Amino acid sequence: MKFGTQIFALGLFTFAALVAAGFGVDEPFRQHMWVLFFVLLGFVAILIRTANFEMAAPIDPSAYMDGPIRYGAIATMFWGVVGMLVGVVIALQLAYPDLNIQPWFNFGRLRPLHTSGVVFAFGGNALLCTSLYVVQRTCRARLFGGDLAWFVFWGYQLFIVMAATGYLLGITESREYAEPEWYVDIWLTIVWVAYLILFLGTIFKRKEPHIYVANWFYLSFIVTIAMLHVVNNLSMPASFMGSKSYSAFSGVQDALTQWWYGHNAVGFFLTAGFLGMMYYFVPKQANRPVYSYRLSIIHFWAIIFLYIWAGPHHLHYTALPDWAQTLGMVFSIMLWMPSWGGMINGLMTLSGAWDKLRTDPIIRMMVMAIAFYGMSTFEGPMMSIKAVNSLSHYTDWTIGHVHSGALGWVGMISFGAIYYMVPKLWNRQRLYSLRLVTWHFWLATLGIVVYAAVMWVSGVMQGLMWREYDEQGFLVYSFAETVAAMHPYYVMRAIGGAMYLSGALIMAWNITMTILGYQREEEPMPGSVPALQPAE
Amino acid sequence: MDYNLMREFADSWGLVAMALFFVGAVAFALRPGSRKLADEAARIPLEDE
Repeated sequence: MKFGTQIFALGLFTFAALVAAGFGVDEPFRQHMWVLFFVLLGFVAILIRTANFEMAAPIDPSAYMDGPIRYGAIATMFWGVVGMLVGVVIALQLAYPDLNIQPWFNFGRLRPLHTSGVVFAFGGNALLCTSLYVVQRTCRARLFGGDLAWFVFWGYQLFIVMAATGYLLGITESREYAEPEWYVDIWLTIVWVAYLILFLGTIFKRKEPHIYVANWFYLSFIVTIAMLHVVNNLSMPASFMGSKSYSAFSGVQDALTQWWYGHNAVGFFLTAGFLGMMYYFVPKQANRPVYSYRLSIIHFWAIIFLYIWAGPHHLHYTALPDWAQTLGMVFSIMLWMPSWGGMINGLMTLSGAWDKLRTDPIIRMMVMAIAFYGMSTFEGPMMSIKAVNSLSHYTDWTIGHVHSGALGWVGMISFGAIYYMVPKLWNRQRLYSLRLVTWHFWLATLGIVVYAAVMWVSGVMQGLMWREYDEQGFLVYSFAETVAAMHPYYVMRAIGGAMYLSGALIMAWNITMTILGYQREEEPMPGSVPALQPAE
Repeated sequence: MDYNLMREFADSWGLVAMALFFVGAVAFALRPGSRKLADEAARIPLEDE
């Protein structure tokens, strides 16, 4: 019988949620467990309805397992739109504080919903589905572990739902990018270990002797995130039926642990994982091998050895010892080399095929992603220099920097990969519309440019206003005056974000129509079809 | 084993070991004769499908 064990195990889990909802010691925990109960109950109901008593069809062991990847591509698109929508909402809340709806939809609760939504729900699903796509096709092996991939996929979605609803209920550890409380953390650890086993198992049974470099990047992302997640979330729950826990670290050690985690989440989640994407999907879309494979190996090891030390640059001029701050700064600056080496490697993959930029909007998207990778990894080390940081830290400049990396690099390379994968996964000849990809490209690019430029101006202004002294040594501006001065920029930032969101909505439409099997009748991209010559 | 001991190990032998590993990895990537193997490896994604 299909799903027999799964239904039983999930039923037990559902019952446990009900018990916890009854015996929880604090109100948010009880509410959160009710959410968990109904989510799991719905899942059990779906499984029971789809269970059948026939023998399962034999599985062809040589065929790739693409089911979880199809679901992952849809989940990426769905969470992407949700996360970006929340981003636009909180941008508007900053501009118009009346939009804060108490208590569930105030800025303090929606902000982690936005960051986790785009980083872990959108980016995480993109990494999950592309890594499983790439590892099978470069190892020429079916995914390891049978239904393990389904467990990883659904388990990760459950993590997202629990994290998101927890934030709205006011449950938070207040650790940057790691806000979920202890029980959600434990669940993610279980899912993540299963993901590691799934990925490693597939590599072990590979038929291709060499492990392609994209898999190295994906594997480093999985292993490092496991380590970061476990150490950063070492904490003691106040009660095993409660939503509050206390960190194992205190004071400056806690701060450093958080930023060791936080910066390496940027380095290994948002960089290494997406570089794996770049090293597979750019060569595939351009139909050319990567510019220098040996450079990609050096890129890999340099990133591994340098990134892990850069975290202290988030704690300049704090109680962190000076030597540690300087160490973080120096390693951040050294990161220029591998970052730009990788950027050049990605861009030069197109050498000899630059005409594709004109005819293929997906390649254009990937190239823009790599360009933003280069720009934001230039800006980041520059901002880690202590003198620059004394101006930029705590200002909107940092927000602008994060978004040029997140929207430009992470978002665009994921869009490119999804545009490439979806027709292949559903056996469609092509996308519903390439013209819509062009629309998406321009809306997203202009949106990022508006966003980043506005945040530079706003951030530098904010930093300069904060440090402005009069001749008697008094601060010239109160904090509220700097906030008032930033209002026009906040409005413009929301417009930039809305442009980026509308691009993502166009993509969601395009992807949906592709999956449903439609093809829009449209003029081919100029230059993609050779012009006919008149007969002579 | 206290903090100072770990700290001393980290900024002496630990540092040397990691630096040597990194130099070794770069040297291995650039070793003579690796170009052909690297070119073959670079074609792995393109030979599928």
